[in-house]
Amino acid sequence: MTERTGRSAASRPTLVIRGGTVSDSTGDRRADVLVADGKVASVQERIESPRGAVVLEAEGCIVAPGLVDLHTHLREPGREETETIETGTRAAALGGYTAVVAMPNTDPPLDSAEAVRNVQELSRPATAEVAVAGAITVGRLGERLAPMAELAGLGVRLFTDDGAGVQSAGLMRRALEYARGLGVILAQHCEDGSLACDGAMHEGAWSSRLGIPGMPAAAEEVMVARDITLARATAGRIHFLHLSTAVSIEMVRRAKAEGLAVTAEVAPHHFSLTEAATAGFDPLFRVNPPLRPASDVEAVKLGLADGTVDAIATDHAPHAPESKDLPFDQAPPGMLGLQTALALAVGELDLPLPRVLALLSWQPAALVGLDPTGGGGQGGPIVAGAQANLCVIDPMATWTVDPSALASRSRNTPYAGRRLTGQVRHTVFRGEPVVIDAEAQR
Amino acid sequence: MSTFPTHLLSMEDLGPGEITEVLRVADSFVEVGRRANPKVPALRGRTVATLFFEDSTRTRMSFETAAKRMSADVLSFASGSSSLKKGESLRDTVETIEAIGIDSVIIRHSSSGVPTRVAEWVDHCVVINAGDGWHQHPTQALLDLYTVRQALGGGDEGLARMEGLRVAIVGDIRHSRVARSQIAAYTAMGAEVTLVAPSTLLPPSLEGWPVASVTHDLDAVLPKADVVSLLRVQSERGSGAFVPTLREYTAGYGLTARRAAVLQPDALILHPGPIVRGVEIASDVAELPAALITDQVSNGVAIRMAVLFLLLGQGPADGAHRD
Repeated sequence: MTERTGRSAASRPTLVIRGGTVSDSTGDRRADVLVADGKVASVQERIESPRGAVVLEAEGCIVAPGLVDLHTHLREPGREETETIETGTRAAALGGYTAVVAMPNTDPPLDSAEAVRNVQELSRPATAEVAVAGAITVGRLGERLAPMAELAGLGVRLFTDDGAGVQSAGLMRRALEYARGLGVILAQHCEDGSLACDGAMHEGAWSSRLGIPGMPAAAEEVMVARDITLARATAGRIHFLHLSTAVSIEMVRRAKAEGLAVTAEVAPHHFSLTEAATAGFDPLFRVNPPLRPASDVEAVKLGLADGTVDAIATDHAPHAPESKDLPFDQAPPGMLGLQTALALAVGELDLPLPRVLALLSWQPAALVGLDPTGGGGQGGPIVAGAQANLCVIDPMATWTVDPSALASRSRNTPYAGRRLTGQVRHTVFRGEPVVIDAEAQR
Repeated sequence: MSTFPTHLLSMEDLGPGEITEVLRVADSFVEVGRRANPKVPALRGRTVATLFFEDSTRTRMSFETAAKRMSADVLSFASGSSSLKKGESLRDTVETIEAIGIDSVIIRHSSSGVPTRVAEWVDHCVVINAGDGWHQHPTQALLDLYTVRQALGGGDEGLARMEGLRVAIVGDIRHSRVARSQIAAYTAMGAEVTLVAPSTLLPPSLEGWPVASVTHDLDAVLPKADVVSLLRVQSERGSGAFVPTLREYTAGYGLTARRAAVLQPDALILHPGPIVRGVEIASDVAELPAALITDQVSNGVAIRMAVLFLLLGQGPADGAHRD
């Protein structure tokens, strides 16, 4: 029996996840979970192990739908020395993710049917579902629209020029109008190039002191404001990637109150680090949007708490070690995130675990239509018949971030040596236990 | 007694005690500079490398002269002819230099923070910042202090007169490593610093900066200033992106002869060089006795000798160079 994942039945034994608390969008209950043939077979308070079943211990743990990352850079094709689909989805699985949205800023960029099909094909053996995002514009150059309808026909649900924002308001308007008929979402990396210039960090007290060219908060905010206006004008659907300032969050809050079709994500580093981290000029702390002052960090946390922000997304951005040995303003921006996101959300946000899981799993799944309602098998309630995409979390376990122990091909985590609370113990992807006791199985 | 840091990366690393120590040690090297044979054996057997990733004839010559007068062996490493052109990383270059057995690297780089990073990578090599991006240029600020102290009578008297001294720093502060070092240096010695610039040439934030005031009105500041320190305005700043034209800049912020006339009789004029005559300073003003521009250059050698001595020499334990 071979399904479209290409994995044989041998890699998908019958599983019993025993002793945990099942937590999903319907609530929490003490239950064992039986998984067979890639699906949840039953959820009951006590399940006897069938002969030959693999038992995954979950005593003291939370059994949740697998996490869904809206924002992953897998780097394949083009930068395989920094990450591949294999290493990136291994990191994802270890981080509790069973699905990632793969950003299209690869080389070549994912702006054609051929490029999208290639990544879909390469992702077949991956240890997490790879939902390919397409570029809004050809070559991500912001000049003319990519063939969105054709790509939507291949299953692309989200389009973005991430790494850059679409600079032309006129073109963005057309993109929103065109996308409206396709049932897809446009996602914007909000950064006005004429304001950001060659800024390498947040423009403010620290950039002034360190003498590093800064990019002002306004570089993000003017594009958020512009796109909200365009969403209103076109009745379009827009998703804001990695928002990082108090003003951006407030604008989204108001847009939602107005009833516009806007959603937003934030990245873990924007609620766990401030611009002060750049004081030592270490490019590990260079990221776009840049790390912000503490007041913005607080606003991001508030946005997560009050529902303004729909999802936590990693912006997992691998870079080779030598590129992070460059001077701060010459090093590429970006940080690893897949293996630390859950623990940072558990530790840094003053939110109950089910709220954290909503932000990491079922809300992002629904946002891109990877959930059962959207025809997918991600983020859904853990019930009999559901596709078995699960993660088992020990919320009390502590661990120390060791860059060399991460599954990514790169090492650029800003959390080296940091003690985190909350660890992924097991991950089950389409019925296959891809992580057991925090160890990747392949 | 002060404890001198391992590396000289930023003026913010030096307190009043360390600054005073540098100035006092420099006194003895100014005296050495006047000798027929201006050389001392203090760094004999030591090897110093200048690692300049950005062109600077003046600062490099000053450091190399200082090192040679201390009897150090001096290697000159220019980025244009180096392996950096062959794609070697900065880190590898620095590790190579350290493996060769060099005692100190004097680094100039167009990116802020490079000396700070290099100091983390080396095991035993002493790192001296000769100017990094818009960040810091500590020896420039030290030689400015020395020049002002000298003009105020020198020695402890000159030092004491720095307390409450009104210093105006005029020009492109935003993009100036010199200004960032000067502000830390002057305020450490008790001076009151006023920044004078159009808003586009001020840092985006002055939060935490120890400056007494900030103004766009040079004419109001000049009659009360004890020291006017001008900064070079690069021609690209006058292309309309920061100020409309250099002509308009000069009209508002240039030290013209008319403006120099309202200065107090004993006011001092400093400029880190190279000066752009007719833009930030009128040619005639640069020639006034109050303008200490060439004193700054000659004091630069003594200051850099003092810094090398304190970082690499026998250190403060050697009484030979103490007052």
